[in-house]
Amino acid sequence: MCLRKMPLWKTLLWKIARHLGAIAALVLLGGLISATLVRMAPGFDADERELDPSLSAESVRALHQSRAGEHNILSFYAAYLRGVIHGDLGTSHALGQPVRTLLRERWPVTVRVAGVGLLLAWLLASTLAFTACLWRRPAYEILGITVSGAFLCIPAAVLALLSVILNAPGYLAIALIVFPKIYRYSRNLLAKAYSLPHITAARARGLGEVRILAWHVLPVAGPQMIALAGITVSIALGASIPVEALCGLPGIGQLAWQAALSRDLPLLVNLTVLVTLVTLLANSGADVMNYMLRPREA
Amino acid sequence: MSSARTLACVVVLAVCAMSLGANWLAPAGYAQQFREAPSAPPSHKHLLGTDEIGRDRFARILYGTRISLLLAPAAALVSTVLAALVGGLAGYLGGIWLRLARAFTDLFLSLPWLFLLITVRALLPLNVSPLTSVLITFLILGLLGWAASARVLSTSAEALRNSDFILQARASGLRDPRLFFVHVLPNLKPVLYAQFWISIPVFILSEANLGILGLGVAEPLPSWGSLLRELEGLISFREEPWRLVPLLLLIVVLTSFQLLLSNEEVTA
Repeated sequence: MCLRKMPLWKTLLWKIARHLGAIAALVLLGGLISATLVRMAPGFDADERELDPSLSAESVRALHQSRAGEHNILSFYAAYLRGVIHGDLGTSHALGQPVRTLLRERWPVTVRVAGVGLLLAWLLASTLAFTACLWRRPAYEILGITVSGAFLCIPAAVLALLSVILNAPGYLAIALIVFPKIYRYSRNLLAKAYSLPHITAARARGLGEVRILAWHVLPVAGPQMIALAGITVSIALGASIPVEALCGLPGIGQLAWQAALSRDLPLLVNLTVLVTLVTLLANSGADVMNYMLRPREA
Repeated sequence: MSSARTLACVVVLAVCAMSLGANWLAPAGYAQQFREAPSAPPSHKHLLGTDEIGRDRFARILYGTRISLLLAPAAALVSTVLAALVGGLAGYLGGIWLRLARAFTDLFLSLPWLFLLITVRALLPLNVSPLTSVLITFLILGLLGWAASARVLSTSAEALRNSDFILQARASGLRDPRLFFVHVLPNLKPVLYAQFWISIPVFILSEANLGILGLGVAEPLPSWGSLLRELEGLISFREEPWRLVPLLLLIVVLTSFQLLLSNEEVTA
């Protein structure tokens, strides 16, 4: 379909529909791959409860049969999708609770911790990047590069442990994990934008720094910054796993950690679908926003 | 080469040399327990003290560094080869192959790296011998870490596909396998080298994360991940500052790797 000849709202709708189609396909495929991986994992059939000497042979058989529906992965996935349509996400084997309840209880914690962490990271990184470009002092640039470089070299789990030792909030650990990635990328983008000839010309004509930033630098660096914002959602979600697991925060990250350790098939499939969905929505949202903000010919 | 890169190169080589000489520098080994001195502070006998069960911390750091520094490049090699085959081939073939490869890499990249890593690692047996756990950990890193590199390589190979020399080679009657392995892959070498070097610090960090979460290398074999796990019991930095040495060493080595990668390589 030729998008150039279509009106803006139609192209936008077409773009959104294409993104949603791709997201649905990738999410379904991701869930199926996750279920297949868990099913193929060595020791999938083993259940620790079967080792309990107080259980009778019948109880052990009943336990074994309770997982029989998961043996054929395609039929398990088809049953899972039927359940999703009716609002039933299955029951967690390890925690013995409906997955829907677990996600509803834990999602707000992750949204709060990862959201505040992401916000802090963006605030810190963009402030440092903008001031470094405006100020252009070598010492300040070296300081920014050294600080971000140091945090880039510390594993996310160590930052989580340090936050526990220092009694700092979990969102601060997430902010420090995400901050160096944003700083380095946005610093390079802004430096590249500031080195363009029309910025030099604007400076020579006496334009103020704020006007140069708002009218000439941001339109150049903005689209890639928006794309970066989409990617940082995925980074913050990934960072929430060690942070929530080690800081004892009962969120989605901790749940993913528990599900992985106990090979909880229904929980792992749901979490993979959820995490893939959030990441893809964030990236597609950034793409659509970029499309809307793109300057057009009259 | 700038002075910072020279210094970084010297640091990496020195750390590698020390870890390779662990047998002579720390003859006690990483597993020997000094039961009379558990959690001992640094002394002439134990330069960085001992851990909770009396193992020499200096020896464990040297052996752990050896494992992480030898196996992270091996995992990076696996992931780069996979990326070259998947991304390079898809980019060269173009059309449906390129779209399929991009959809597959998109799927891999849509999952947060650490989430993917802990899920796949937890699915594999955890109660295995230490040597098997090392191989499983680094093999997973190599087998799962190719997607981002494949994406970059597919774009580079796609650009090469329509270049004049490839068109001429094709017009001369060269077949696709020969074209790909003899003409396309050698021209992707700079991108492949860059992706290989970028992957090493990423894999070192990932192993450390897995180790701290208890999904890395199994005891008593040390690695940076299992050494950093010791920080879990730390109450304050002033109490036992020597326990931070593995973290400082990791920061120094990873900073050196960062300095070794020039800006052009990172953006390649």
